[in-house]
Amino acid sequence: MPSVAAFTTDEVRRLAHLARLELSSAELELFTRQLQDILAFAQQINAVDTSSGPAIPFIAGEARPGSLREDTVHPCLDRAEVLALAPEADRAAGLFKVPRVLNE
Amino acid sequence: MMTRSAVEIRGDVAAGRTSPSAVCAATLERLDRQAGRFNAFITVAHDRARAKARELDRDPALAGRPLAGVPVAIKDNICTRGVRTTAASRVLEHHVPLYDATVVERLEAAGAMIVGKTNCDEFAMGSSSEHSAFGPVRNPWDTGRTAGGSSGGSAVAVATRLVPIALGSETGGSVRQPAALCGVVGLKPTYGRVSRYGLIAFVSSIDQVGVFGATVADVAACLQVIAGRDPREATSADVPVDDYIAAIEGGAQGLRVGVPNAWVGAGLEPGVRQAFTDSLDVLRGAGADLVDVELPHSEYATATYAVVVMAEASSNLSRFDGVRYGARAPHADTVDALYSRTRALFGDEVKRRIMLGTYVLSAGYYDAYYLKAQKVRALIRQDFERAFERVDVIATPTSPTTAFRLGERLEDPVQMYLADAFTASANLGGIPAISVPCGFAAGLPVGLQFMARAWAEPVLFRTAAAYERLTAWTTHAPSV
Repeated sequence: MPSVAAFTTDEVRRLAHLARLELSSAELELFTRQLQDILAFAQQINAVDTSSGPAIPFIAGEARPGSLREDTVHPCLDRAEVLALAPEADRAAGLFKVPRVLNE
Repeated sequence: MMTRSAVEIRGDVAAGRTSPSAVCAATLERLDRQAGRFNAFITVAHDRARAKARELDRDPALAGRPLAGVPVAIKDNICTRGVRTTAASRVLEHHVPLYDATVVERLEAAGAMIVGKTNCDEFAMGSSSEHSAFGPVRNPWDTGRTAGGSSGGSAVAVATRLVPIALGSETGGSVRQPAALCGVVGLKPTYGRVSRYGLIAFVSSIDQVGVFGATVADVAACLQVIAGRDPREATSADVPVDDYIAAIEGGAQGLRVGVPNAWVGAGLEPGVRQAFTDSLDVLRGAGADLVDVELPHSEYATATYAVVVMAEASSNLSRFDGVRYGARAPHADTVDALYSRTRALFGDEVKRRIMLGTYVLSAGYYDAYYLKAQKVRALIRQDFERAFERVDVIATPTSPTTAFRLGERLEDPVQMYLADAFTASANLGGIPAISVPCGFAAGLPVGLQFMARAWAEPVLFRTAAAYERLTAWTTHAPSV
């Protein structure tokens, strides 16, 4: 188990970047303390001996996943309706718009 | 007018004593008048409710449907075509879905009228309905206190008798805990019992739609309508749907009720302990056999749950990137800036879980956290299987405390997580559970939880309805 003591503002900054979350400096400070508390709480699970436990079930409980459906074509959402929901779209071209990604 | 039970409304509509439009108008009038007091609703669906009422008025054949003319409220993380669905997040503040959730379709096909979308914790992450971009929900028994969460608005809509039935969603107790804190009935069905198509995903290995009702019979009537296989939802199970309405007639005589004394012994508020002990006496007096059972791993449920939840939440919420729908941060010159600034709109609890989920799924940490949590989860599930060889249901308090004060746990996430101490293990085990009102402590409602083996909803309804008839706690409502 990795040490929770290593949880620093740098670690939180790294996680925020990985998760693509822009944080204010106040958030960075608050979250460093809180994430450490939560992780220490979560580490209670280390006290459980799982060496001879049962196999991990598929998904959960007794749920029986549905049989796979036939791979047939069905109507789906209308493209124009979907694009109308987008913050920015080129409706004529049928595409979502994002800032330039090539030659950034 | 106090809204009557769904069973009564449906009977009156079928007999022609009232019309769906009359029920709809009275409900919307009260909803508009009460709107700000408890902050239970994010959006009122006037047009949709009235259109459904007119359709029911016009076609007398529809008056025989199981929920004909019954007004219902829907948690705002369940999609409604043409009606704003926010998940209580700024990221989806103006989002209007293109499709209905299967549960919404089924309710309307059964004759129900959807009157509004209820407030909750953002993306269902919380136990107090305070983590909402639309402000906290207030408890109608004491407006300085939380309604519980995450489905607090739905609990309040039923507690104030605005609607007899409301849908919520369950991940760690998000229906049962607010039901307990607001004094109503709340059900979490077996994982796979109800389709999640159109439920905004949070923890896919756990999430399940749940039901609030003022009475056990109303909850059974609602589950009867929404349960069953949905070809659009791969985890909805092809397991026959029992007759839940018939199940409520059973009675407590001969029921084997397991009590995990070692687990629930510690950490209870005195008033909750007293109400729980009294409840067990009532059941024993009615002919139930009380059996001590052991659930040795349930004390680790909340910690196990925290790991599973953060991991799956971080993955599920990666879809909110400001590209295809929802909010987009302005003036972003690069895709990275677009993502990061749009996702900065998430509230604190969502950010915490996304970051911790990112952490526990990182290379080198996966085995120590997520895999370990899944192994503990398997043990929690095994404990239940062993216990249910000896008993029909297991009884615990739903929540260790009554409604806490608004703001009291906001700065301390771990304290907030402990609100789920008695509820999260049923979610991890995939089993059904129900909370029924079982009295009051210092004027605040207390909830009694029953859990049963997977697919055994009928025995839950039997037990809960027997207890309800013996005590009449479900007839108590706050004065509003």
